[in-house]
Amino acid sequence: MSLKLRIWRQADAQDKGSMVTYQLQNVSPDMSFLEMLDVLNERLTLDGEDPVAFDHDCREGICGMCSLVINGIPHGPEKATTTCQLHMRHFTDGQTIDIEPWRAAAFPVVKDLVVDRRAFDKIIQAGGYISAPTGSAPDAHASPVPKADADAAFEAATCIGCGACVAACPNGSGMLFTAAKITHLGLMPQGQPERHTRVIDMINAHDEAGFGGCTNTGECTSVCPKGIPLETIARLNKDYRQALRAAS
Amino acid sequence: MTMTDYYTLGDPVADTKAPDGPIETRWERRRFGAKLVNPANKRKLTVIVVGTGLAGGSAAATLGELGYQVKSYCYQDSPRRAHSIAAQGGINAAKNYRNDGDSVHRLFYDTVKGGDFRSRESNVHRLAQISVQIIDQCVAQGVPFAREYGGLLDTRSFGGAQVSRTFYARGQTGQQLLLGAYQALERQIAAGTVTMHDRHEMLELIIVDGRARGIVVRDLVTGEISTEFADAVVLASGGYGNVFFLSTNAKGCNVTASWRAHRKGALFANPCYTQIHPTCIPVSGDHQSKLTLMSESLRNDGRVWVPKAKGDNRVPADIPEDERDYYLERIYPAFGNLVPRDIASRAAKNVCDEGRGVGPGGLGVYLDFAAAIGRLGRDAVEAKYGNLFEMYERITGEDPYSTPMRIYPAVHYTMGGLWVDYDLQSTVPGLFVIGEANFSDHGANRLGASALMQGLADGYFVLPNTIGDYLAAGPFPKLDGENVEVAEARKLVEDRIAKLLSINGDRTVDSFHRELGRIMWEYCGMERTDAGLRKAITEIRELKAEFWQRAKVPGDGEGLNQSLERAGRVADFFELAELMCIDALHREESCGGHFRAESQTEEGEADRDDERFSYVAAWEFGGDTPVLHKEELTFDYVHPSQRSYK
Repeated sequence: MSLKLRIWRQADAQDKGSMVTYQLQNVSPDMSFLEMLDVLNERLTLDGEDPVAFDHDCREGICGMCSLVINGIPHGPEKATTTCQLHMRHFTDGQTIDIEPWRAAAFPVVKDLVVDRRAFDKIIQAGGYISAPTGSAPDAHASPVPKADADAAFEAATCIGCGACVAACPNGSGMLFTAAKITHLGLMPQGQPERHTRVIDMINAHDEAGFGGCTNTGECTSVCPKGIPLETIARLNKDYRQALRAAS
Repeated sequence: MTMTDYYTLGDPVADTKAPDGPIETRWERRRFGAKLVNPANKRKLTVIVVGTGLAGGSAAATLGELGYQVKSYCYQDSPRRAHSIAAQGGINAAKNYRNDGDSVHRLFYDTVKGGDFRSRESNVHRLAQISVQIIDQCVAQGVPFAREYGGLLDTRSFGGAQVSRTFYARGQTGQQLLLGAYQALERQIAAGTVTMHDRHEMLELIIVDGRARGIVVRDLVTGEISTEFADAVVLASGGYGNVFFLSTNAKGCNVTASWRAHRKGALFANPCYTQIHPTCIPVSGDHQSKLTLMSESLRNDGRVWVPKAKGDNRVPADIPEDERDYYLERIYPAFGNLVPRDIASRAAKNVCDEGRGVGPGGLGVYLDFAAAIGRLGRDAVEAKYGNLFEMYERITGEDPYSTPMRIYPAVHYTMGGLWVDYDLQSTVPGLFVIGEANFSDHGANRLGASALMQGLADGYFVLPNTIGDYLAAGPFPKLDGENVEVAEARKLVEDRIAKLLSINGDRTVDSFHRELGRIMWEYCGMERTDAGLRKAITEIRELKAEFWQRAKVPGDGEGLNQSLERAGRVADFFELAELMCIDALHREESCGGHFRAESQTEEGEADRDDERFSYVAAWEFGGDTPVLHKEELTFDYVHPSQRSYK
């Protein structure tokens, strides 16, 4: 099939950037979206033009590095699918496809489609962990975890930290990402001692990193490639209220 | 050409750090024998850790907890992205929670046997001992392992084992373990013991007065080259499967950190030992940029088959039971679909070579869940493998609940790597190598669910104990850019980048990489021959020469330039590919993942030659003619036998 691509080009963080149009022929429906961009980049290279910079690594939907807004939707039109797992069979011959980077105050553009997501690491640094230095652990069976809790914790822990939730949010909020970690750790018995400090510290770090506030719009969960549910944010709010009450 | 045109023979090497005596107490005795660094001195010592996967992430976090000053580097935008994240199946541990006869000794035995008697007994025994602590550590971090209704940890069985010792988190065990290590790392970053340098790539090792003292890195965003100093350097930079272009590795995985260290004197051991994973999604066309693994845990419940007749093009549902060949169950009745990876891969290749393969190009076999769905119900199968089935459907557009999956082998893991002693120190003093980047524990074939075990054993428990023995002699003299060795290392990097950018040819780097991968897959893949390997070496050398004349690397060294990053990595892959083929050529036996067509039994199984090849091949860099140093392997506890899974 042949496609008209309109791609965001921006030389560096200071550059203003603009959409540039490219025509691409002979796209196979079995290609992944990133393989389609590989083909474009091979051509641009041979033509002496600067290839389009985009983030990607595992190309199997788990590392969280790929990050394209495709026709206005973070990770494109398929539900629960990262950009790297999106295949061209979901597009039609002659279609125009807009490709843009994540756009959020907390994620400045580095070049073209590449953004800086280190603000997420800052949130984890503030408390997204259980303090268990190496060597200090009791036997793994010392504290059983009810299966339902373990399963729910796992669901939240599958967040890949891609940032689609932020890109989709009208407020540029990172609350779904933060809530997924709060939920994961808060459901485990090992996570209880730090539960209150964790939620307060992580929310503070979230706000300081330039993310917007959550207004329960729900765009985040609808684009999340791992289907992290909105209830995690309810849990975060509950933990936050309890923590504030306990502190006061 | 005779063999000596390809390499020369050097002096033997020995692992001087492994204690002798009873194997059960070797690790304890080594820890006791190792010098300690007192807490006040740890603060004065700096350690560089390259890579943030299971090995690097856990090592950096643990070294930080111990009080060292740690500098951590990764090429991704966050340490959480390292490719350990993609490991699906699980992690082995000799907990014997199932009471099914497992023990440290049995895990040790299975791993030595699974590695086809080409690993060190001391290392493997230590790995089996530490395995139990890893599970405790990860549970304490909040890793959400799968659990049973009573709240206790669930386990499953995995290829190459007859006990149920694999702990897992659905099909995302690597992700959960890596996030555990990542969170421990971020905690240390917040505590100020670790400084994180993401989007930085190591391009050279700095050796001063015979000691590894630092690295030259490129900031991938600004293009700035800098020299970074430390009292010891730890490489945790992963495997080199991407030399095949198509592999299950992440696109960025590369050998550059290891290769640069090799060129500076670190021996490279058993480079030809490559693991070809039997259960990957087949190639769909020329555009293919990587291959996707389906966890081999699927082989617990899926049955592998092909049609009995050649060229049977019917859809699988139309092929009656008695016209199907469940070849693994037929040839290996004791292990059936759970035979080790190398055996399952080669069996798939054999049936496809016979013309009985399925799907496009006949390069595929069926992995069928109909029996499991009939026995357990669809819900139970979905609970176990749901995410894997979804992934398969997303990529192929086919529904594995109603039609069998198609799978084919793909390059997955590299058992070879930089040579290390029992302390995980390379032949360059002060350079330690952990995780997939070293060679030590898996011999010629790695068992399923053992990579996660090894990465975390090295990072959490082995290295933090052994590195102290080296660092006790530090801190070493302060360095700066004026130092001759430092300036030379920096210049090497700058010159190489300038050279890559100046070629300005007419072929893309990717096109060279694809062609290199095709040569490697054809001649140094699942089956290797003397003639094929010689041909490969000639072709690789020609292609390498062409690369340096015709490669087109657009842009400049200032700022983000992904083409330049790839060019440097591919240039190193060429040199590694030559060494892999020379290693495969010299090893005139079949063992584990290394199958030489000339060395097989009448039944077509790998024919190992312990008389001639019971050694680690540790290669010293020597340009076109590397130098072979042999480390003899001795087996006092597990006596070499022909592996039999029948």
